[in-house]
Amino acid sequence: MIRLEPRAAPSKLMATLSPLIAILLTLIAGALLFAALGQNPWRALRVYFLSPFDDAYMRAEVLVKAVPLALMGAGLAVCFRANVWNIGAAGQFTLGAIGAGAAALFIPAESPFAMLAVPLIAGALCGMAWAAVPAALRTRLGVNEILVSLMLTYVAALLLDWLVRGPWRNPRGFGFPQTNAFPDWAHAPILVEGTRLHVGAFLAVAAALGLGLMMSRTLRGLRLRVTGGAPRAARFAGFSAAGDVWFALLLSGGLAGLAGALEATSTVGRLQPEIGAQAGFTAIIVAFLGRLNPIGALLGALVLAVSAIGGENAQILLNLPKNVAGVFQGMLLFFLLACDALINYRPRLVARRRA
Amino acid sequence: MTADPSPPSSPASAPARSPLFEARGIVKRYGNFTANDHVDLTVLHGERHALLGENGAGKSTFVKMIYGALQPSEGEFFWEGKPLRLSGPAEARRLGIGMAFQHFSIFEGLTALENVALALPPEPLAALEKRVREVSADYGLPVDPSKPVHALSVGERQRVELLRCLLQNPRLLILDEPTSVLTPQEAETLFRALEKLSAEGCAILYISHRLEEVRALCSRATILRRGKVTAEVDPRATTARALAEAMVGAEILDVKRPSGDQPRGEEILQVERLSLPADGPFGVALKEISFALRGGEILGVAGVAGEGQNEFMDALTGERRAPEAGMIRIMGSPAGRLDPTGRRRLGAAFAPEERNGHGAVGEAPLSEALFLTRRHEAGAMGAGGWLSRAWAAAETRRIRARFDVRAAGEDPPARSLSGGNLQKFLMGREIARAPKLLIAAQPGWGVDAGAAAAIQSALRELADQGAAVLVVSQDLDEIFALADRIAVISRGRLSEAYPAAEMTPERVGLLMGAGHSSPEAAA
Repeated sequence: MIRLEPRAAPSKLMATLSPLIAILLTLIAGALLFAALGQNPWRALRVYFLSPFDDAYMRAEVLVKAVPLALMGAGLAVCFRANVWNIGAAGQFTLGAIGAGAAALFIPAESPFAMLAVPLIAGALCGMAWAAVPAALRTRLGVNEILVSLMLTYVAALLLDWLVRGPWRNPRGFGFPQTNAFPDWAHAPILVEGTRLHVGAFLAVAAALGLGLMMSRTLRGLRLRVTGGAPRAARFAGFSAAGDVWFALLLSGGLAGLAGALEATSTVGRLQPEIGAQAGFTAIIVAFLGRLNPIGALLGALVLAVSAIGGENAQILLNLPKNVAGVFQGMLLFFLLACDALINYRPRLVARRRA
Repeated sequence: MTADPSPPSSPASAPARSPLFEARGIVKRYGNFTANDHVDLTVLHGERHALLGENGAGKSTFVKMIYGALQPSEGEFFWEGKPLRLSGPAEARRLGIGMAFQHFSIFEGLTALENVALALPPEPLAALEKRVREVSADYGLPVDPSKPVHALSVGERQRVELLRCLLQNPRLLILDEPTSVLTPQEAETLFRALEKLSAEGCAILYISHRLEEVRALCSRATILRRGKVTAEVDPRATTARALAEAMVGAEILDVKRPSGDQPRGEEILQVERLSLPADGPFGVALKEISFALRGGEILGVAGVAGEGQNEFMDALTGERRAPEAGMIRIMGSPAGRLDPTGRRRLGAAFAPEERNGHGAVGEAPLSEALFLTRRHEAGAMGAGGWLSRAWAAAETRRIRARFDVRAAGEDPPARSLSGGNLQKFLMGREIARAPKLLIAAQPGWGVDAGAAAAIQSALRELADQGAAVLVVSQDLDEIFALADRIAVISRGRLSEAYPAAEMTPERVGLLMGAGHSSPEAAA
């Protein structure tokens, strides 16, 4: 029998290195996986982790993928720090896309509101509204926010599905389940000509830096950290736990909604059933990879974006199934959590005691 | 260890007064830190031997090695003259080494009998129950074996723990701070049982910081300080004060006692028929608590654990609100419905018993702990919710200098401080505000004797400057050292507060156990 015993003084150095060790272990396990699939592991890893840097377009695509991950990852990092477990960023992302889509589709071009900020704000508000449901249920009735936020993800996906197949479907879209293409005013300016990289990247960096500062330098950040790390101390300090739950869920929901709005308006350009909401789950890995630090989440988003693009390349170049990318993400989170567990606990073999 | 000064006062009994257990040159290192530094200790057959030392002196480490839970880095143990190497607690128990832990390792959902059965080789419960009843009667340790543990008082739970050890026929029984949660009467019962046990030949290693008890019970005492043996004495021939000084290695400061009839200030805290339902199945309901506290006085609230003092503290700090605003008044303002911050704004300050995780966040630096209770002060916060780090750094330095808080580095995490230093810092955090009312729970808990004396002096000084001070404690020594008036909390009710001069530990003990008769009736 193996027992985990808490370590007296977990190593600071190892805690910082843990993401790197986890990435390394993922690479090793990945190489074994590729070998088992009959691939040359070295070539497969090269496609996965280096091919995304091969040309300028690919590099831009990495950043395009990283933007929603970073926005959501930063929000979730704050949320998880406060010990509030919003697992439904994907649903809030979807709602953000729907809100932005409604603004982009129904605001006439000559209206003074026909500007990019309006769908983005609409998307953020919709994401917040979706996150408000678990916040209200948790603070008023004590319902677990993990279940509620996760379940609402499916509701959001079905809502989007219904809209794009029903009332919002493009009548001249040959029956495809999608809306009209959004007007030009609703598209974020492109940063690098010839790529899809848009100004949303600045928003992601600003959000990460802003939240990083908030967590370390403001009373709000202190409150969230104390509430998450030592709830009794938070009560003693007079911080209201309900206020922190609301703040954490609305913040992460708003950022997920913003990410969904950016994705819908500026990457996809219309609403369709598949708009990349899966990133809401990947963002959980991003937050942990970034050590639950919003600025760290920025780096985590880049790592996962590279592996996502690499996974797409692997499908084309190596004929590997799409799911391999998901397996990679799963392994990364697994190794990360395992490293953290072993940094804080020491495994010990103990003989089963006979009575 | 050579000489074997068997004191003449010890009861001669059992096999010859030969060594049962010996430790020679025991060293235990954790990295660079030496927890035990060449410790020698001999326990004779049937002897009652005390291991004394302040918090962090290395007593628990040493005892865990005897019990086989830790392995020494150097040195050897001997059992009846033969070298002893223990692979674990199971082997220790087989040899006849029993240990009763400070924090009982018993299951609340099971009955007392089932708990005892778990520790012993399988045997029919009916037979075991008979044995339990016999042993419990033999040693004067009354327990109903069929009662579930959660329905037992703390004293009864300890008896279960002790019976479990006794049924294993120990030859060396180790007790770690056994009386820390007992009323004086319960402690007395325990001592009688221990005396009988040692008269029958079982040796007892008694770990405590309560000097009076050690003097009453033990014939020899080994004193540890910073991992080293500083003295081996006959505690009966030594004063409590000299023992304390050997533990601390310095002369203990006397806390200045008030003259007794000094003028009292205005009423600062008034509590009026405060009742609060229990919070969960193991909580205690507060029942119609009323008292008033004036400036310049220290009120001591005594009571053993689980009698409502946690609930009492939560109600006073505002971590749980009172049903009505008027039930608690601070400086005359209704405060019952205010949160802790609101009460602090009225001039109250609080110091909870648990430092890591309640008074401060263990992982967070000291300076950040200031914002938990003092963020409403001028200069603490910039505009827009920014924390003023300059204010926190300056205030941290000021508190550390004034209260002699020793720690490595400019702004270390709270967890890295020793119990005494962290407590000095957190008390300093509140006292530096010059509060009108300070409410502290167990200020001396887990704190070394030197720090405890410094904290007591600081509390006295605060009261002398006109503040009202309320100390809730299970430690009667602390209550008697500090309080001008003493009240006892028992089953969620608070007794009348009596002048400290009229109280004795026995009266307090009777108030703890037996409802709330007046001390005259109790005496």
